[in-house]
Amino acid sequence: MADIAVAPRAKPQIQGAWDQLKHNRNWLGFWFMVPAMAFLIFFLAYPLGLGIWLSFTDTRIGRVGHFIGTENYEWLWDDSIFWLSVFNTLLYTFVASAVKFAVGLYLALLLNEHMPFKALLRAAVLIPFIVPTVLSALAFWWIFDSQFSIISWSLRHLGLISQNINFLGDTTWARICVIFANIWRGVPFVAITLLAGLQTVSPSLYEAATLDGATRWQNFRFITYPLLTPIIAVVMTFSVLFTFTDFQLIWAMTRGGPVNATHLMATLSYQRAIIAGQLGEGAAISSAMIPFLLAAIMVSWFGLQRRKWQQGESND
Amino acid sequence: MTDLPASKVDLKSVLSAPTRADHSEGMSYLQSVPRRMVTLYLPLTIIVVVLLFPFYWMALTSVKPDEQLLDLDRFNPFWTWNPTFKHFYKLLFESYYPHWLWNTMYVAICATVLSIIASVFAAYAIVRLRYKGANLVGGLIFLAYLVPPSILFIPLATVVYQYGLFDSPLALILTYPTILIPFSTWLLMGYFKTIPFELEECALIDGASRWQILIKIVVPLAIPGLISAFIFCFTLCWNEFIYALTFLQSTSNKTVPVAIVNEFVDGDIYRWGSLMAGALAGSLPLVILYAFFVEHYVSAMTGAVKE
Repeated sequence: MADIAVAPRAKPQIQGAWDQLKHNRNWLGFWFMVPAMAFLIFFLAYPLGLGIWLSFTDTRIGRVGHFIGTENYEWLWDDSIFWLSVFNTLLYTFVASAVKFAVGLYLALLLNEHMPFKALLRAAVLIPFIVPTVLSALAFWWIFDSQFSIISWSLRHLGLISQNINFLGDTTWARICVIFANIWRGVPFVAITLLAGLQTVSPSLYEAATLDGATRWQNFRFITYPLLTPIIAVVMTFSVLFTFTDFQLIWAMTRGGPVNATHLMATLSYQRAIIAGQLGEGAAISSAMIPFLLAAIMVSWFGLQRRKWQQGESND
Repeated sequence: MTDLPASKVDLKSVLSAPTRADHSEGMSYLQSVPRRMVTLYLPLTIIVVVLLFPFYWMALTSVKPDEQLLDLDRFNPFWTWNPTFKHFYKLLFESYYPHWLWNTMYVAICATVLSIIASVFAAYAIVRLRYKGANLVGGLIFLAYLVPPSILFIPLATVVYQYGLFDSPLALILTYPTILIPFSTWLLMGYFKTIPFELEECALIDGASRWQILIKIVVPLAIPGLISAFIFCFTLCWNEFIYALTFLQSTSNKTVPVAIVNEFVDGDIYRWGSLMAGALAGSLPLVILYAFFVEHYVSAMTGAVKE
């Protein structure tokens, strides 16, 4: 690519220092970056650091805290509810992400087929992703109601169960329900992004493979999957990241109950920090999420690296 | 890592019928119709029905009379013959709902506009001015995209309190851009890269300043990208929950998602109708927006993941 910033420098320098500065790309670049950087520094980088600092203090709402070392973390280490929330978060993330990936990939493959009303179907599939999570979580809350659940009603009338299922009141059922709702919301995102990747795969590859006698499974395993790996890596990193830090779905459906069975680290930190007022302890819980996030970012990084390597492009 | 190869996906083809359609038809004769029924239409129907059922249920509940909602034995729960708009009436005229809708809209539009302006400058500077360290800054912005609100809300609450913004829409207008700027900068960087360098070179030779180039050449050419970024950011704002829950307190200042969860959920056994009406009314603006801009929406979603 041509370096266009050379052009103004070639002009005769008669207009003085100010004009020169006006064309200096570092100087201009700085001013162009100011608005974005101001937001990101004041409301993202600074709070991120402040959060880690708060986790080492005993700050409460309305009271300035003092440095207390790792006391918050020691306290959490012995706190069974904290460990339960860690377990819940890992379970939630793992199960939901795995199913989202499987169903999302399957749906993407189905949508990639040639069929009538294709465009309409694809548009309809994305709707769960558009509607605000809290509002669809409320619909699930109603669907999973203990007395008037439509699922219980249908199963009862099919003769499969004799009593209503206490969906959100039983620990196991509550976990299944929130994981289901998360999958329901996440599948469209995975499916549509993977579909975009699928459309870059040249159909002639399949034609050639089919001529050579490849089955549908072999087509998928040796053509689709390898070509899709890079985008799968990125999509799943995002999916894992947002599932791990999920808050609103749980808060709208169960608020962490019953008996903390669906408390995730994010909801627990909200409860401790904002509702109970223990800002320091809440900050310690949310800081404890950072190592997991770093792990997810590393996966993303290596996924992207691999894609670059596959496409054989250099960093121009 | 900052200069990731731009993907060569024709994003528009994701939703509209792709130009390759006739190619894929070439192999579909290998499958018989009954086989396609079982391997394609059946699973697809099941998935789509599961994905859309909650909305049907939401809509149905919001127009059902109360007695039909709770009496599942005398009335068929899957349909109603005498729909009522009582729940919507209650929502619009006997609650703060219009107020909440307005708050949400106001916050979403302000935050989106602020973010897009900041992102246009930042993306242009990173892609075209290429100042010293531009690649590093691009990478940092990508990392900022990966910092979730769930770990920021506690310290942000103290910051918001210190700046005296607590319980004010301004708190949300200023904090939402931290979610939106990384995303839209990354998206716009991809769009700006596709604008030919030569156009800018010509303008520079003709004596245009960088500001004029940005306003008169780059921005008009990147309009599709700006629309994508705008719609996606708007949706993200509308969807945001944890900041709004933490930073707002008084009932009249709340945004729709927070207000519905906090104000409508009481012990009333007849709350379901108005709750679902509220959820439906809160979703409709986004769904309508989406219906008009499906392609832009998808290109925003896939573009952000790939760039």
